[in-house]
Amino acid sequence: MKEQLKSIEERAREAVSAVTDLKALDELRVKLLGKKGELTAILKQMGKLSAEERPAMGQLANQVRSQLETMISDKTKALQEAAQNARLAAETIDITMPAKKPETGHLHPLKIVENEIREIFLGMGFSIADGPEVEYDYYNFEALNLPPDHPARDTQDTFYITDNILLRTQTSSVQVHVMETQKPPIRVISPGRVYRSDAVDATHSPLFHQVEGLVIDKGITMADLKGTLELLMQRLYGDDCKIRLRPHHFPFTEPSAEVDVMCFNCHGAGCRMCKNEGYIELLGAGMVHPWVLENSGIDSSVYSGFAFGLGLERIVMRRYQISDMRLLFENDVRFLEQFR
Amino acid sequence: MNLSMRWLGDYVKLDVTPKEFCSAMTMSGSKVEAFEEEKKRLEGFVVGKILSKRVHENADALFVCSVDMGGEEPVQIVTNAKNVKEGDFVPVATIGTTVTEGNQSMKIKAAKVRGVESRGMFCGLETLGLTQNDFPYADPESVFVLQEECKAGQDVASALGVDDVSVEFEITSNRPDCLSVIGLAREASATFNVPLTVNKPEFTGSDEDITKTLTVEIQNKEKCTRYCAGLVRNVKIAPSPRWMRERLRASGVRPINNLVDITNYVMLEYGQPMHAFDLRFVKGGKICIRNAQNGEKITTLDGIERELTDKMLIIADSEKPIAVAGIMGGEYSGIMEDTVDVVFESAYFEPVQVRQTSKKLGMRTDASARYEKGLDETSMPVTLARALQLVQELGAGEPVGTTIDENYSNPIPNHIPFDSKWINAFLGADIPESDMVKYLESLEIKVENDECIAPSFRIDLARPADIAEEVARIYGYNNLPSTVITGVAKAQLTPEQKFTRTIEETAVSVGCDGILTYSFTSPKAFDKINLPENSPLRNATTITNPLGEDTSVMRTTTIPSMLDILAFNYSKRNPKAWLYEVSKEYHPTEPDKLPTEPQVLTIGLYGSDADFFLLKGMVETVFDKCGVSGVNYIRPEKSDEKNAFHPNRSAEVYAGETYLGIMGEIHPDVLKTYGIGVRAYVAKIQIPELFSVANNEITYKPLPKFPAMTRDISLVCDETIPVGELETAISQAVGKSLEKIELFDVYQGEQIAKGKKSVSFSIIMRNAEETMTAEQADSAMKRVLKALTKLGANIRE
Repeated sequence: MKEQLKSIEERAREAVSAVTDLKALDELRVKLLGKKGELTAILKQMGKLSAEERPAMGQLANQVRSQLETMISDKTKALQEAAQNARLAAETIDITMPAKKPETGHLHPLKIVENEIREIFLGMGFSIADGPEVEYDYYNFEALNLPPDHPARDTQDTFYITDNILLRTQTSSVQVHVMETQKPPIRVISPGRVYRSDAVDATHSPLFHQVEGLVIDKGITMADLKGTLELLMQRLYGDDCKIRLRPHHFPFTEPSAEVDVMCFNCHGAGCRMCKNEGYIELLGAGMVHPWVLENSGIDSSVYSGFAFGLGLERIVMRRYQISDMRLLFENDVRFLEQFR
Repeated sequence: MNLSMRWLGDYVKLDVTPKEFCSAMTMSGSKVEAFEEEKKRLEGFVVGKILSKRVHENADALFVCSVDMGGEEPVQIVTNAKNVKEGDFVPVATIGTTVTEGNQSMKIKAAKVRGVESRGMFCGLETLGLTQNDFPYADPESVFVLQEECKAGQDVASALGVDDVSVEFEITSNRPDCLSVIGLAREASATFNVPLTVNKPEFTGSDEDITKTLTVEIQNKEKCTRYCAGLVRNVKIAPSPRWMRERLRASGVRPINNLVDITNYVMLEYGQPMHAFDLRFVKGGKICIRNAQNGEKITTLDGIERELTDKMLIIADSEKPIAVAGIMGGEYSGIMEDTVDVVFESAYFEPVQVRQTSKKLGMRTDASARYEKGLDETSMPVTLARALQLVQELGAGEPVGTTIDENYSNPIPNHIPFDSKWINAFLGADIPESDMVKYLESLEIKVENDECIAPSFRIDLARPADIAEEVARIYGYNNLPSTVITGVAKAQLTPEQKFTRTIEETAVSVGCDGILTYSFTSPKAFDKINLPENSPLRNATTITNPLGEDTSVMRTTTIPSMLDILAFNYSKRNPKAWLYEVSKEYHPTEPDKLPTEPQVLTIGLYGSDADFFLLKGMVETVFDKCGVSGVNYIRPEKSDEKNAFHPNRSAEVYAGETYLGIMGEIHPDVLKTYGIGVRAYVAKIQIPELFSVANNEITYKPLPKFPAMTRDISLVCDETIPVGELETAISQAVGKSLEKIELFDVYQGEQIAKGKKSVSFSIIMRNAEETMTAEQADSAMKRVLKALTKLGANIRE
């Protein structure tokens, strides 16, 4: 019986190692360890053994059983692993093949920059105002201290609907609407379309976009204007961005300034991009003219404020190095798909 | 305004480079656009002295010259100029110099001319960028033989005195005083903190009483408050001296003759336009400043006959207009070769009057540009004296010692409160009061008893904020501190703004690219989209002065804008364009009132798998994201834009009674008109209406506790019955326990009778309070079948 047990162990070892698939292995397990299996058959002979022999033989039989079980379970693992590996190998794909991309669209580059500016100002506590594009002369000019026949009207070639109604030439028109309807403290920006009678070329369009800003409160200073614009430009162009203010004239601000931003290309040294200036003109700004405040019913001896207006196209074109403004209005999908 | 730096030097002494000057002036408020060093233009041009001249051995029309160029050896130059001779000084373009004649440029090289070496080129006026007005003695057709003090080898620029620097300023409309050399000198003096020296002009004239010859009558004393006139006898018309010509040229003004040049010179120097009349053409010796009569005519100096109206101010003699006040003189009133006696005018015309007249007549002149901004009412006698002084200095005639000054002006200097504390508080700065006073006084603004007194030439100064600006700009805007605004502000997007943002985000997420189209369009666009003749949408807000027909009306529908862009992309052979725009339409209301400007979402598609249902899916995704439910699609009826669409592949979209918009496949005719060679799809959704039906209050619904019951059903019905009707019937029949109906198949073909279709639905039902039983589901399905049978839909066997 001892020999039988030894022999079964040896045969089993050979048989298990020869098995190549799980099914055959299971059959082998049944054959060896099953109720009608070989080991069971041998154990059935236990009864014929003497009482002295029985414990030793029992122990041996259990050892053999346990070894057979381990053998089979190890082999099962090995075969499972091999099968898994084979499957993984068979499932090899070419990862350089094109992706299945879900179709998503793209925001227009102008919208991207506008959204960014909105967020910057929302973060600074500004709300967003809207105003009509077809506008009364009053809001676009007169209430901004540009009476009829004011020479400064010449700088803005205006589209007229009637003598009294026009396409707004500047988002500054929204200033007046805001002051008429809100009491200080006021902190708003107003992005939108403006119109000037300029023929289309690489740097002009009869329709373009501005973002107007207006702040009115007690104790607002020109230094606040400077600080706010610096913050805006640093958020837009990075912390090392520098601006400079040049005195200028707008009838609705006093003092007035044109604001230049340090050339991104040469950092102030002067290059072709900035026409050797080191700076690029970006926006107009100033302290709200007391006449404008009073005309809108705000006491200029109590309140002061600042306003600014920046051209979006210019910022967009600089940011993405777009040299021709027409691209923004042509809407070629090959152009649009480049922005995100 | 172009400024001659040499001229500026008469008034302020500066020791800075042109670049430093330009930069500092810009930062103190006089913006420099550009500057040009004249001598740069003449680099490479050198004075040569002709040592000998002989006829070319191989060509009779050419000459070979030996020229002293200041070097050790003379240089040989071949020329065709007959007017040069031994001993002459001529400008020579040396080897390597680029020479421009007319539109052609060439670089001078050592060359053989008919076998004889030539190392340079003699130049005429044109080659040097000059005209005979600059050097009247020169022969304009040939080589410029110099009569200037010069020596061989000298730069032509210095020999001719063209070594000035011309600085181009952009002067804003509030500072007409800076449209003058003295005005800019004053700014320079304040900017660089150096003294300004302006002498009062004086002249010695004859004892003659001007009023015996000339009378001045101002009829319209409101529009002309001051008129000064002077008389010069026996003028000698000649070229002005070189220094004057150079300064005029550097200022961008063409020299003409001494008398005309003097008027221009004084205008540039003081900013006050001057006019000179030939006394012969001032009939009756009478100058009258009056309104023109309607229909009165004048032929102006530029030779154009102009009809005047009674709103226009003119200078007239006893018979007729001789000048349009402040704008331009009449044809025969100017200075001519045989002019003997000249009347000088220096006057103040009211700005709005000049501006209106100049606009109406379509004439902008240097004079009108100054008058319309407002001049210094005290400067007329000074500038007249300056003109007469120059006449005397130039020997251009004999000034009469007496002058006329008809003065109805009453300029009261503006007194403005001066409060250094307020200025510092307003600027957010800490500038010492003494510095402020220094800045202001350098600009000739007097500070006395807490008041600023604005000089007469600064009509722009009226309020404390104006004084703050003067202080700030001389102190330097960039020296101001930068601070953060304090105080509380509540910033948030309005519900409408958030709504629009959601729409845009959704449009992008479903695959559309954002576009940007013009708000104006062509009236022809209405025809292109088949808008009915009587459609109210054809009534558009019209621009009276458009750039062209294509951009002449404000759009009442965005559909043409979208089609334009689809067509553009198609023309670029882009295989696919899925686009959207959130933008405005402009709908007129009443005459003289503003149009409404509602926002619309426009989606436009062609290519890839675009079809009606993709478009519908995009629109519905937008609705879902916006919290809009219960939307119906019906065959277009109401919208005038329906003719732009395929009649059987388009829909009007409603939420209840609210019209939300129109969508569908574009009509083949319209596609053809736009040149789009594929099917294209457009949806236009009205954002305010969409907002009005949106519900953005989200309340959590408990997750279902009990299982759902699903029953599939296949029906056969007439092909004309819309799926929507079947769904409505099912929904009503099932009632409350209906969770969802899913269409999973529509079939027409062999298995189905002609004119019929098979439609299959999954009906998902669930009870909120208990597990739905099979009996409950069966009973619901019985109701469904009954309802469907009524519609003529039966179970497919």
